[in-house]
Order: sequence, then C-alpha cells, then structure tokens
Amino acid sequence: MTAAAGNKDYLQQSEAVRERFERLKQRPVTLEVRGLHKQFQGSEGPVTALRNINFKTHQREFVCVIGPSGCGKSTLIRILAGLESATEGQVLLDDKPVYGPGPDRGMVFQGYTLFPWLTVKKNVMFGLLQSGAPRARAESEALQWIDLVGLSRFADHYPHQLSGGMKQRVAIARALANQPRILLMDEPFGALDAQTRAKMQSYLMDIWQHIDITVLFITHDLDEAVYLADRILVLKAHPGEVQELIEVPVPQPRSPEQRLSPEFIATKQRLEELIHPPGSEEDNSDHLDMVRLVPLDSEVRSVL
Amino acid sequence: MSHSTPLLAVRRELPPRQRRFVTLLSFLLPLLLWCAVSYVPGLWQPLVKITDPGSVSYFKPGMQIEKALFRQETAKAEAAGTALPAGEPANPVYLPAPHEVATALYTSFVTEPARRSEKWLHESLWESIQVIFWGFLLSSLFGVPLGILAGTFPFFSRLIEPFVEFFRYLPAPAFGALAVAILGIYHAPKIAIIFIGTFFQQVLIIANTTRKLDPSLLEAAQTLGAKNRALVFKVVVPGILPELYRDMRILLGWAWTYLIVAELIGTSSGITWFITQQARYKNFDNVFAAIIIIGIIGLASDLLLAALGKRLFPWDKQSKGDRA
Ligand SMILES: Nc1ncnc2c1ncn2[C@@H]1O[C@H](COP(=O)(O)OP(=O)(O)O)[C@@H](O)[C@H]1O
Ligand SMILES: [Mg+2]
Repeated sequence: MTAAAGNKDYLQQSEAVRERFERLKQRPVTLEVRGLHKQFQGSEGPVTALRNINFKTHQREFVCVIGPSGCGKSTLIRILAGLESATEGQVLLDDKPVYGPGPDRGMVFQGYTLFPWLTVKKNVMFGLLQSGAPRARAESEALQWIDLVGLSRFADHYPHQLSGGMKQRVAIARALANQPRILLMDEPFGALDAQTRAKMQSYLMDIWQHIDITVLFITHDLDEAVYLADRILVLKAHPGEVQELIEVPVPQPRSPEQRLSPEFIATKQRLEELIHPPGSEEDNSDHLDMVRLVPLDSEVRSVL
Repeated sequence: MSHSTPLLAVRRELPPRQRRFVTLLSFLLPLLLWCAVSYVPGLWQPLVKITDPGSVSYFKPGMQIEKALFRQETAKAEAAGTALPAGEPANPVYLPAPHEVATALYTSFVTEPARRSEKWLHESLWESIQVIFWGFLLSSLFGVPLGILAGTFPFFSRLIEPFVEFFRYLPAPAFGALAVAILGIYHAPKIAIIFIGTFFQQVLIIANTTRKLDPSLLEAAQTLGAKNRALVFKVVVPGILPELYRDMRILLGWAWTYLIVAELIGTSSGITWFITQQARYKNFDNVFAAIIIIGIIGLASDLLLAALGKRLFPWDKQSKGDRA
C-alpha cells in the first residue's frame, strides 16, 4: 500500500449531497452518546474496551460504525441497547438518559435470535404483545411488517424452516414492529454469504427509505458501510476510540451501480487507510519459512 | 451406482435398513447368548439333575447337585458294587431356559395367586405403576419449578443448589425406616422413596438445562420490552421445553430403578412382592418374566413419550435425530 499521502477525494461533496447533509443536521437528535467509557475486568487486570466515545444520530439518519475486530463495536451497541452498562458517560434518547434495555431501541443481532418455538408471525407479535397490544391488533400489525420484509408466504413457518437471510429479515420486522426510535444492528449480515448479503443490503435500504427510522449499523465490511451509511463512525482498536466521522459523499437513494462511482471508491479507499494503515500488516516471513518445508520436488504439475 | 457408507463411520447415521437391522441385533445378541447357554449341551451346565438316585441314599429324583459330587458318589457305588445313580447335565434353577420364561410370561398372568388374600400379577403391576406415578408426579411438581428458578435467577441457584447437591448423595433407601415411621407401612413411604430418589437429581438437572438456554434469546426478548415475569414465562419456559421433556424421560427411567427398593419398604408390595414371592417358591421362570415385563413397560413408555415429544415440539431440531 503506497497511498501514504492519503487521498482527500472523499471530502468532495456534490452540491446536492452537501445540501442533504445540511438538512440532515437540522433534524432533531435521536440518540446522543456523551463521554462513554467502558472497562472490563479481565483476568489480567482491567481492559479498556471503549474510551471517550461521543456522537449523535439525527432522525432518519443511517449511521454505520466500522472498525477492526475487537475494537469494541459490539460493546458499544450493547451499551446503547442497555444490555451492558457503561463505566462512565451517558446515552441519551430524545434527550432523556436511558438505563437498561427497552422497546424504544430495537436490536438485530449477528446470531439468529428468533424464538425457535414461535412461528414467524408470533415472533413479530412478541414485542407488540409485551407492550400490551390486544391480540387481534398485534396480529394484523405483525402481518403488515412481515409483508414489508416480503415474507408473507412464510408467516406460519418456524424459524428452522427459513434460510439465514430470511431469518434476519424476520428479526428486522420483529424489531421494527415495536416502532422503536432507533434500530440497532450488530453485524446483522455477517454470517450470510456474499450474494445474500448484497440482497439484504438492498432490502434494508428499501425498508429504511419507506419508514421513519434511525439506524445505527455495525459492520466490519467497508463496502457495506459505504453503501448503506449517511455517515460512518470509524473506530480504532486498543482502546476503542473514534478515529474519524466520515460523511459519505455518495448521493441518496442508493443503488448497487453506485459501487463503481468515483466518490464510492474514494470513500472506501479512505476507510481502507484508516482501518488497515500501511505498515500495520503483520510480518509474514516466519510463515513463509514454514512453506518451504513442503517438498518442492513433488509430482504435481501446474496446469498452466 | 451410489456407494454405501461403511458400517463403522464416525458419527455417520446408518441407512434405514441397516439401522433397523442393528437395532434388532441389539436385542437378538443377548437372546442368542441365553439360548446357547440354555440349549447347547455342555456349554455351561455345571450341575447334574438326578433322574435315578440308585443306591445313593440322599439323592432324590429332580435334585440338582455339583458334577464333582455326582462323579464321587458314582465312583463309590461302583466300588461297592451297588446300583449306580443316573442323571443328566443341567443348568442351575436360577437360569431358566428362554422357552420356560416365554411360557411363564403368559402363565404368570393367568395363574391364580396361591392364597385368596394375595394379588394377581396384573394387580401387582398396577400397584407398582401407581407408586411410580405418584412419586414422580410429586417430585416434578416441586422439582421442575425449583429447577427453573435456580437456572434463571442466580439468587435461587445459591439458595437451593448447595443443599440439594449435598442431599443427592444421601442414598434414598437409607430413608426407608424413617419414611415408614412417619408415613406408615402402605403406599406413602414407597412414594416418598421414589420422591427422594428423583427430586434432588431433578432440581439439579433442570437447573442446568435452564442455564443452557441461549442467553441471546433473553437479550433479544429484553430489547423487545420483556421484563422478569415475561422473560421467565414467555422465553425461559418455552425455550427449554423440549430439553426439559427429554430430562423428564431420563428421570422417569431413574424413578423405575428406585421402585424395587421402595416396594421392599414396609409391607412389600407390587411387582417386587411378586418377584420375591416367586423367588421363594424357586419359580425363577416367573421371576424372569416379571423382570422382563418391567423392562418392556419402561421401554414402551419411553418410546411413546419420545413419539409424543416429536408431535409436541415440531420446532425442536434435536428430536429429529432421536432414536425413536
Ligand atoms: N464480557 C466481557 N468481559 C471481558 N472483556 C470483554 C467482554 N466483552 C468484550 N470484551 C473485550 O472488549 C473488546 C471489544 O469487544 P467487542 O465489543 O466484542 O469487539 P467487536 O464487536 O468490535 O469485535 C475485546 O477486546 C473483548 O475481548
Ligand atoms: Mg462484534
């Protein structure tokens, strides 16, 4: 990697994109994170997972959080969901501090967390019934959400009868059915194959454009982040800190063809620099020594 | 041409035909061994059954004696020139032949009890089944909720499990005398022994099963607005149900193993009474028949429960690989 100077092309915003960001920042703040610290008691003393995280999301904004594995992405989103408590700092939802999990923040996990004993419909009804909705209303609302993610035909199927992508679509419907203020997604497509993942990204874009929802989406896939996000929060590891907040210069609404546009590529390059800086690669020469132990005079001929 | 899987492949399920055949073999092999020992002359037959006592004063027809003794007495009679005893090789009475037991399986049900006050075999069996049923029901009534509580809340885990862990090492039969003193000599102390034998294991096993529930399901439910009560009744309980059901099947098997001890307490009753009674009369074919009946009832009820489980929990992936 020789782009030592670092490219600045990703900072170039077209007029339309710049205006969009102006408008976006005028919108009310849904989620605000202030001075967030998180320390774990590890076996070898305390480990700082997150240090001084600050950011805001605006209404109907799509924010991606990206960073290398182990930089504290999951820890961050679990604190936002209330599944983990912060060592220091505050999480504000509509200017009110939140403690503990609640239906105002929907969550989609990386692993499949549908209730295996409930059908698709009953999975989506779960949150509605918890909030005290009468059964008939919960059912009709659930069916609408299932329709939105295109799974009406599978409403009476059990999760084990669905593919990975379908399960995550149900999980999205289940989280949205509660009409949360923000949808938190922790590498939701991480376990899917590349094709399904691309399809799911389009689905998610589609859904997001049709309803009033703020999304905070965690990923370690650079392409996914650029394709989905209005803004990208880049974390670095050990300890997890905000490295940069990138405004993605690719115009909305997104389509898969934009992946080839210069602003898309420039943004992706920038992420590449931030996450895999030159010289950070591990020295591989030891492993190459090992390779030489393989007999070289083997009978196998190259096909070329 | 599809190539067949080898018979011995690590963790590879056999094709259906072979599977059925091997299952059959699992019963056939012990039966074959039993037949061989019973019917092949000289394979075991350590005794001689006297057919003609000859001049030996203490020999009686039908009596079974050691081979060595028989040879010794024959030699003595030969030396003295008196009538020789005659006999045929035989197995001990406590190992009846398969056809004798097969006959007994039928006759033990239709034979009138020796005394008017005594019970028919089916009545004895019914008594046993009732003892098991009440013992297991009472144990489950307390054991299942306590196990789920302990597996869900660390508070209850600390409160319940240490003592239960201690108590489960105390052998249930040791409480026999105590149970009789408190509960009298009829069914109650027997039910109590089944209870003691089952309950403590049940709490621990179910607590463990509950702890194995995927915690991310609980987290997902929390982000959907579920609080303590709903978490227990809408997530924990349905989430562990198939596994809980499997536990109960295993525990029910254990309850049966406590039956024999339980029924010896106070006035002996049920199938155990039948077995001890028949053993006293040296009707070992009836003893074997009764033991086999217990086995058949146990296996049949488990197969039935396994089949029922598949119907009850259609979402349960594990039950598909179940043996039944
Ligand atoms: N419960 C925990 N106890 C101790 N350390 C933890 C715990 N959870 C996460 N960590 C540590 O915090 C860091 C961040 O983890 P995580 O948030 O899962 O990273 P990411 O999701 O970005 O891969 C890691 O170094 C991990 O080992
Ligand atoms: Mg993670």
